[in-house]
Amino acid sequence: MNEPIASATISARGLCRNFGNHAAVCEINLELKRGEVLGFLGPNGAGKTTTMRMLTGNLAPSAGSVEICGIDLLDRPRDAKARIGYLPETPPLYRELTVDEYLRLAAKLHWVGNNSLHSALAEAKQRCGLNDVGRQLIGSLSKGYQQRVGIAQAIIHNPDVIILDEPTVGLDPNQMREIRTLIRELGAERSVILSTHILPEVESVCDRVQIMHQGRMVFNDSIAGLKQSQTSLEEVFAQLTLDKESSGDIHS
Amino acid sequence: MIFTIACKELKTLFASPLAWTLLALMQLVLAWVFLGRLDAFLEIQSQLVQIANPPGVTEIIVAPVFAMAAVVLLMATPLLTMRLIAEERRNHTMTFLISAPVSMTDIVLGKFLGLIIFFCSVIVLVVILALSLLAGGALDTGLLLSNAAGLLLICACFASLGLYISCLTAQPAIAAAGTLGALLGLWVVDIAADDADSIMRNFSLLKHYESFNRGMIDTFDLAYFALFILTFLVLAIRRLDGERLRG
Repeated sequence: MNEPIASATISARGLCRNFGNHAAVCEINLELKRGEVLGFLGPNGAGKTTTMRMLTGNLAPSAGSVEICGIDLLDRPRDAKARIGYLPETPPLYRELTVDEYLRLAAKLHWVGNNSLHSALAEAKQRCGLNDVGRQLIGSLSKGYQQRVGIAQAIIHNPDVIILDEPTVGLDPNQMREIRTLIRELGAERSVILSTHILPEVESVCDRVQIMHQGRMVFNDSIAGLKQSQTSLEEVFAQLTLDKESSGDIHS
Repeated sequence: MIFTIACKELKTLFASPLAWTLLALMQLVLAWVFLGRLDAFLEIQSQLVQIANPPGVTEIIVAPVFAMAAVVLLMATPLLTMRLIAEERRNHTMTFLISAPVSMTDIVLGKFLGLIIFFCSVIVLVVILALSLLAGGALDTGLLLSNAAGLLLICACFASLGLYISCLTAQPAIAAAGTLGALLGLWVVDIAADDADSIMRNFSLLKHYESFNRGMIDTFDLAYFALFILTFLVLAIRRLDGERLRG
């Protein structure tokens, strides 16, 4: 909290991950400042999810380091994880709990004290538009609401870094717009990494974009820089990933 | 954190019909055995009076009920332990726990503790069943307590083994089948050894429970149970940690 606003909240250097002989992720560098939203792009199987799992401590990197607000994720995993909010591809929801129960559990697991529990819950619910469904079972909610609960659990402990893996998949256009507005709001005071396949989403929400292809970072520029050079994101994406597209690589 | 996870386990367990069904069925089976033993006791009661130093009601009714309870719990444990890790994996909720600032040790111990608390409720129900005999006579409290302690320990053994096997797979059914197989194997392992002091006898779980059942608390049995529980909990923690490394 007492660090300067512009300091890096998350920085990864030389991140590699091998599965057997196959290098899923190779030499990824990533740095994000407070108040920045990063669009994380790449074709399916490029290694986006693997990278995100490494950034959140779900998977140990084969080489490289991750620092969250200056705390090494590998040396002090718990202190670092307390500052991350993560929404995986499939929202990790307990269908048999109510929204309130689930969010309270998420808050407790992320060290939110008993005193601030109530306000944290109210704020997360308010932000994600969950005020009316607090007492409903998660299993009975629609896909859109479940996705919102997923986002709510990622932001309830007020993390410095929020990592969202395809948060708008399966939502209707209105819900998509709401979620995008929410991401922009969150990005004003924190760092957000947003993985998605929807290019207009990146252009409207993100400050910076990185493209991964076959486990490597092939593009890193700000949206403003892209606009200046008069190229659309779609062109860049196609140019960088299409000609080298390998067939048969299906896992993401 | 361990308690938070244990609470979560209990909440999700009791939110599902599984826990209630199991509690009801186990109580039904045990009450049936209890009534059967009570009947038998009443029949032979007149003959018992004629023997010097006859076995009491606790020995004739309560001890067999507890012996049966261990077998019933052996069958029920796989259904409960398969939920612990394998089902979380299949529902993609394991990420939720691993991304949270808790260690693998917290996760494993929390889940273990949650299950033990559930088993305690089963044991309390059995003890209440035994206490109902107070209406007609006195109970041997020592024997009752030793039975309850033995049942708790053997349940903890079942739970730790089941928890470890649950860590090995993402398929709840496989976890359940594997646990049932392993527990049955550990039950019958001493059958192959007809020799009374064969080393194989020492590996049988229920063999160690038998002395508790007779009212004898032996440090050898205590050590066996403690080592058993510890070994499989450590294996489970190591397994989950290794998964993060291997992917």
